[in-house]
Amino acid sequence: MSSASLKPAAIPLQDPGPTPREHAAVAAAITACRDLPGALLPLLHAVQDALGYVPSASLPMIAHALNLSRAEVHGVLSFYHHFRTSPPGRHVLKLCRAESCQAMGSVALEALAKQRLGIDYHATSASGGTTLEPVYCLGNCALSPALLVDDELMGRVTPQRLLALLDALESGS
Amino acid sequence: MTVTVYVPADSAAVSVGADAVAARIALLAQQRGKAIRLVRNGSRALFWLEPLVEVATPAGRIAYGPVDATQVDSLFDADFLGGGAHSLRLGLTDEIPFLKQQERLTYCRIGLIDPLDLDDYAAHGGWQGLQRALALSPAQVVQEVHDSGLRGRGGAAFPAGIKWKTCADTVAAQKYIVCNADEGDSGTYADRLLLEGDPYSLIEGMLIAGLAVGATEGYIYIRSEYPRAFRVFNEAIARAGSAGYLGDNVAGSGRRFGLQARLGAGAYICGEETALLESLQGRRGQVRVKPPLPAHQGLYGQPTVVNNVVTLGSVPLILARGAAFYRDYGLGRSRGTIALQLAGNVRCGGLVEKAFGLSLRELLHDFAGGTASGRPIRAVQVGGPLGAYLPQDVLDTAIDYEAIAAVGGMLGHGGVVVFDDTVDMAAQARFAMEFCAAESCGKCTPCRLGSTRGVEVIDRIRTGVDPVRNEALLRDLCATLLDGSLCALGGMAPFPVLSALDNYPEDFGLAR
Ligand SMILES: Cc1cc2nc3c(=O)[nH]c(=O)nc-3n(C[C@H](O)[C@H](O)[C@H](O)COP(=O)(O)O)c2cc1C
Ligand code: SF4
Ligand code: FES
Repeated sequence: MSSASLKPAAIPLQDPGPTPREHAAVAAAITACRDLPGALLPLLHAVQDALGYVPSASLPMIAHALNLSRAEVHGVLSFYHHFRTSPPGRHVLKLCRAESCQAMGSVALEALAKQRLGIDYHATSASGGTTLEPVYCLGNCALSPALLVDDELMGRVTPQRLLALLDALESGS
Repeated sequence: MTVTVYVPADSAAVSVGADAVAARIALLAQQRGKAIRLVRNGSRALFWLEPLVEVATPAGRIAYGPVDATQVDSLFDADFLGGGAHSLRLGLTDEIPFLKQQERLTYCRIGLIDPLDLDDYAAHGGWQGLQRALALSPAQVVQEVHDSGLRGRGGAAFPAGIKWKTCADTVAAQKYIVCNADEGDSGTYADRLLLEGDPYSLIEGMLIAGLAVGATEGYIYIRSEYPRAFRVFNEAIARAGSAGYLGDNVAGSGRRFGLQARLGAGAYICGEETALLESLQGRRGQVRVKPPLPAHQGLYGQPTVVNNVVTLGSVPLILARGAAFYRDYGLGRSRGTIALQLAGNVRCGGLVEKAFGLSLRELLHDFAGGTASGRPIRAVQVGGPLGAYLPQDVLDTAIDYEAIAAVGGMLGHGGVVVFDDTVDMAAQARFAMEFCAAESCGKCTPCRLGSTRGVEVIDRIRTGVDPVRNEALLRDLCATLLDGSLCALGGMAPFPVLSALDNYPEDFGLAR
C-alpha cells in the first residue's frame, strides 16, 4: 500500500450546497411534509415532484429538518428505485420489463428503445430528451406491452408506436 | 332527450385512447346538436374491448368497442346514441359472454358508476355494509367476516376474520388499519381497478375494519407506478370526508376514523407487510422477523390490521348481504369469489370474478379465448413473479388455494399470465433470478447475493458450459434460497426457476 492512499479523500473546503432553485424546492417540501407521521417518503416525493430529482446536496437540509442523520436519509433515498439524485431528461420513459409484457414482445421493445436512444437503462439520451428506466409492472397487463411516459400510461405498444413516441420525445414535443 | 354516454377514465382505457374518444364524442355531440351526458366511468375490465363506449338506452346499456377516436364520426352517423347498428356494436353490455358468465360481487359496481360520484355509489348499494356494521357490536362484525370464510387476497390467503380478532383482542390506546395497495405482482391489476373504479367501496371496507377492531386511523399504501390511482383515491378520501364518512363522527355514529393515502417508491418488497409498515414510517423497506405479528405490534408498534385492497373491498358486501351469502360461493376452504386477472398472451384479457372452483382450462378457453397470437399455449404463470410456470397438463386443476398448491403452484393475488409456444423458458428462469436480485431487501445473503449467482449459473447452462454440473449447482442454490430466506421473495423465487427447469429442460439445452 502506498502512503498516498492513506490520505483522506479530499473534501471540498466550500461545499457549494443546493442551488437556490433546489433550496427553495426542498424548503417548500419540508414545510409541507415535516409534521406528517413518517414524513421522509412524502417529503422525498415532494422534492422529486418539484425538481425531477432529489439533489444529494439537499440531504443535510432534509436530515436536519426531520432530526435524522444524513446516513439515514441517504439510506432511504438509495433504497427506493423511484428516486433519482440527478436531473432527468425532459421526459422520463419507463418500460415495463415484467412477465405479462414479456409474453407480448417487450424484450424487443427494450432493445429498440435502447438502440434508438443510444443508451442503456438509468441514462439520458444525448439530446437530453429522454431518460430511460425499467419498471416492473404498471398494472396494464391485459393491454401489454405497456409503458409509462412521464405520468401517462400507454398500452398495446407496438414497435411502430414506440418509434413514433421516441421521435416525439426526442424532438422536444 | 339527453342521452347518457359512458367512456371509461380508467388508466388502462386511457392508455389506449379513451380520453381522445371522450373528447371527440363531446365535440361532435355539440356540433350536431345532440344533448348528451358524458360519464367517465371506471372500466368494465373487458380490456380487449377498450376503449369501450356505452350508451344508455331503454333496453339497457349498449356497448361499442374497441373504439378509436377516428371512428367516432361514423358512430354518430350510425345513430349510436339511439343504439344504432355499427360494426363496433357489441349489443347489451351485460350480455357479453365474458361478463355474463361472471359472478361480480366485490366488483359489482366496477365500470357501472362514476367512481367519484357519492350519489351513484349510494344508489348502487354503497354504505349498506357500514350501516349494518354500525348496528352490530365490534365482536359481531369480526364474527361475520370470520364466518364468511374470507381469506386474504394479497397472496398469503390468511383468514381475515382471525387476523381481525387477533387485533381486536389486543388492548392498546391506538390501533391502525393499513390497506396494502402495493400490487407489485406482474400480471395483476385487480387493486388498481378497484382504486380507480370503486374507491368508496374500499373506504367503506376500511371503515368497517376500523369499527371491528377499534382502530381510529387508517393508511393506504399505493405504489408509485399507479399515479392515476393515487390521484383518484385522494380525491375519494376528500369527498368522503366532506360527506361525513371520515373524521371524528363517521356517518353520524360518533365514532372516529381518519384515512391517509401514501405513495410507495418503486420497491416490490414493500408489498410484504412488515416492509410496508417500515416504509410507511419513512424507513428503508426492510422485512422484519415475525413474531411480533403486525396485529400485535405493527405500525409505530401498535396493533395493526394489514389487508389487501381486494380483501377490504369485499368486506362491505359481506356485511350488507351477510356471511352466508358470501360463503355459499366457492368450495372447500376457498370461499366466496376470486378476482382472476387474465394477462400476457391472451385474446381476451380482463378481470374475471368467479366463485372459486372453475378450472384453469375453462378460464383460458372460455374467458381468455386462447392466445392473442393464435399459437398454442405453452406455459401459464399463476400468482405473480414468484409463481411456478405451469405446463399444459395441469390446466384441469380447479382454481382453489389448496388445489393450485397441490400442483406446485400458488394462486397468490390471482394473476394469470399466458405464454405461447415461442417463449424461451430458460430466459424466463433467468428473469426470475434477475428480478429477485433487483428487488431483494438485502437482509438475507441467499436472496441478496445468491440471486445474482443464479443469473450467472443459468447463463452458463444456456451457453452449454458444463451444463450437468451447473444444473446441479442451480438446484442446490434454489434449495438454499428455499430454506435460507426470511420472506417469500427469496423463499419462492426458486418456484419459477425450478418449474421451468423441470417442465421445459429442453429450453436449457438439457435432456428431459
Ligand atoms: C415479497 C412479497 C410481496 C408481497 N406483495 C404484496 C402486495 O403487493 N400486495 C399485497 O396485498 N400483499 C402482498 N404481500 C403479502 C403481504 O405480506 C400480506 O400478507 C398481505 O398484505 C396481507 O393482506 P391480506 O391478508 O388481505 O392478503 C407480499 C408478500 C411478500 C412476501
Ligand atoms: S428473502 Fe430477500 S427480500 Fe425477503 S427478507 Fe430476505 S433478503 Fe429481504
Ligand atoms: S407486466 Fe407489464 S404492465 Fe403488468
